[in-house]
Amino acid sequence: MGAVKQSNNFVLGLWDHEEVFLHAIEHIRHDGLEIYETLTPFPVHGLEEALGYRQTRLHTAGFLFGATGTTLALSFMTWVMAFNYPLNFGGKPYWPLPSFIPITFELTVLFSAWGMVLTYCVRNKLIPGYVPRIYEPRTTDDRFALVFDIEGKSSEEIEKIKSLCNGNGAVEVKNRTFKDGE
Amino acid sequence: MHAYESDFREPLINGNKNYTIITDELVGPTEKTYTGWWLLLIIFGCLAGLFVFCLSWTVFFGIGVWGLNKTIDWAWDITNFVWWIGIGHAGTLISAILLLFRQRFRTGINRAAEAMTIFAVICAGMFPVFHMGRVWNAFFIFPYPNTRGPLWVNFNSPLLWDVFAISTYFSVSLLFWYSGLMPDFATIRDRAKGKYRKMIYNILSFGWTGTAKQWQRFESLSLILAGLSTPLVLSVHTIVSFDFATSVIPGWHTTIFPPYFVAGAIFSGFAMVETLMLIVRKVFKLEDYITVNHIESMNKIIVLTGSIVGIAYITELFIAWYSGYMYEQFAFYNRALGKYWWAYFMMMSCNVLSPQAYWFKPARRNLWVTFGLSIFVNIGMWFERFVIIVTSLADDFLVSSWAYFQPTWVDIAIFIGSIGLFMTLFLLFCRFFPVIAIAEVKSIFRTSSATAKAERAKELGQSSGGFVGLTTFGILDKDAKQ
Repeated sequence: MGAVKQSNNFVLGLWDHEEVFLHAIEHIRHDGLEIYETLTPFPVHGLEEALGYRQTRLHTAGFLFGATGTTLALSFMTWVMAFNYPLNFGGKPYWPLPSFIPITFELTVLFSAWGMVLTYCVRNKLIPGYVPRIYEPRTTDDRFALVFDIEGKSSEEIEKIKSLCNGNGAVEVKNRTFKDGE
Repeated sequence: MHAYESDFREPLINGNKNYTIITDELVGPTEKTYTGWWLLLIIFGCLAGLFVFCLSWTVFFGIGVWGLNKTIDWAWDITNFVWWIGIGHAGTLISAILLLFRQRFRTGINRAAEAMTIFAVICAGMFPVFHMGRVWNAFFIFPYPNTRGPLWVNFNSPLLWDVFAISTYFSVSLLFWYSGLMPDFATIRDRAKGKYRKMIYNILSFGWTGTAKQWQRFESLSLILAGLSTPLVLSVHTIVSFDFATSVIPGWHTTIFPPYFVAGAIFSGFAMVETLMLIVRKVFKLEDYITVNHIESMNKIIVLTGSIVGIAYITELFIAWYSGYMYEQFAFYNRALGKYWWAYFMMMSCNVLSPQAYWFKPARRNLWVTFGLSIFVNIGMWFERFVIIVTSLADDFLVSSWAYFQPTWVDIAIFIGSIGLFMTLFLLFCRFFPVIAIAEVKSIFRTSSATAKAERAKELGQSSGGFVGLTTFGILDKDAKQ
């Protein structure tokens, strides 16, 4: 989100059914309103499309990490067995490629999994001890929420947001204000 | 909007539910105290203590305190190792392979099964490490620059592959499990009353909030981790079987081992999941989420893998005879009819015969039968590893060195102690972590719950003047009563 001063005033629309929620998003976006944040208790199918998010590139990161693991494993074992300390194991070749396959595979998976999970945590701001802004505690329970930034907005604009939420099946619409540094 | 599911399919969430009730019932076990839980924790905690004590005893006096001898130099320890690793496999199978196959029944059981995987791998890892004798040198198994040349580890050795396979398996399973836990910890945090409880669960949740972007990445991550874990879980037990298959011991040196071990691992893992889940669903009153339908699905996998294992046993015997190779024939004759015939008998009856009951629907859906058979399968699978390892070594190439294996009290206590460690960890998990993946259960609510099916049936009934099918399936009955 950058280092710009965070907004402290929000309007929250809460829904209790994901299908109504998805339709509401379509209508609200159609009316040109900007949705600041979307919170749901579980992954809702079709939500990214409704919000117009682009595809995540996490899988590309996973592939690159995996490829790093493959390269590292193969080159390290080659260096050890064929160059650094060549040993004769029962007449086997010094570069026994088939023997390298299991470890190469394991390291590919290991690098890919760890790399991807770390990337995921960094991108999602998931750090042990990080205290996030909780707009509404029920969004991890049974409510689907849209958050609208109302900092510097006129009361007519705020009214428009609220009426659009209410008109699209929201079960509750309310203001949410944070103190600085909260 | 969501995937279509036939309303004739049995629901995976029973009872009249909504998202609020689901959260209440699934977070509930972490918010109450159970007297029985303390009792069990004390019992199994003592057994875990016994485990620590006996391992210390082993380290202090040396491997001589085990029943191993010059001929039988792998016995209970490696049996236990393979047994625990095998048990672990069901967790990954449920979370990864069933995710790729889009089997919705996994959502009820995946969390506990993954936890079981992690605890089983912890137990498994102890055995080869302590079998090394000088545990303080255990780091020698890793390829690190050393002052001995540097003399590296042998990358040709399946034992070294195992080091990589099992450590990768453990850490990837842990990531998979924990990435799924974060959203559920956030659910607990947002309901928490006390300040410290809120703080601790916030730390555990890594500050999860559940924004659309987080969920988008979450879905992508779990899909790819599932894709990675699927070949990983197959590779791990394949490599464990290589420990035996690449040796030249008659009875071990067989090409059928990898698929046979993998099937056996899934078989024993599902049995352990059933043993644990049948207790968990009862104690925590989760019968609506771990339904008889779930149990039946697992029993189908048990009868499939049990039969694969049975075919493997018979194929081994056939190939030993067909090979015309005297030593192989002798090894298998010994295995079935030699001095360990009782172990072979236990293995055959528990693993091959007993699961055949699951061809019949009433048996698959009977909880007592399932519980009994799940214990049988666990016993049978322990004996399978014992049979493979010990009978192949006992009567070796020289008649003068033939031997019989007698476990000492240390062997027995370590085995029992490892069960204690496993159960202690599992009990702690049950008490403080959500046993069922809350977010995942909610995500199948609209497709597969009895409530949603009944709602749809009502709509259909209004438009078409009655929908007989669902009333016969008993789905509407519950709704009608309320």
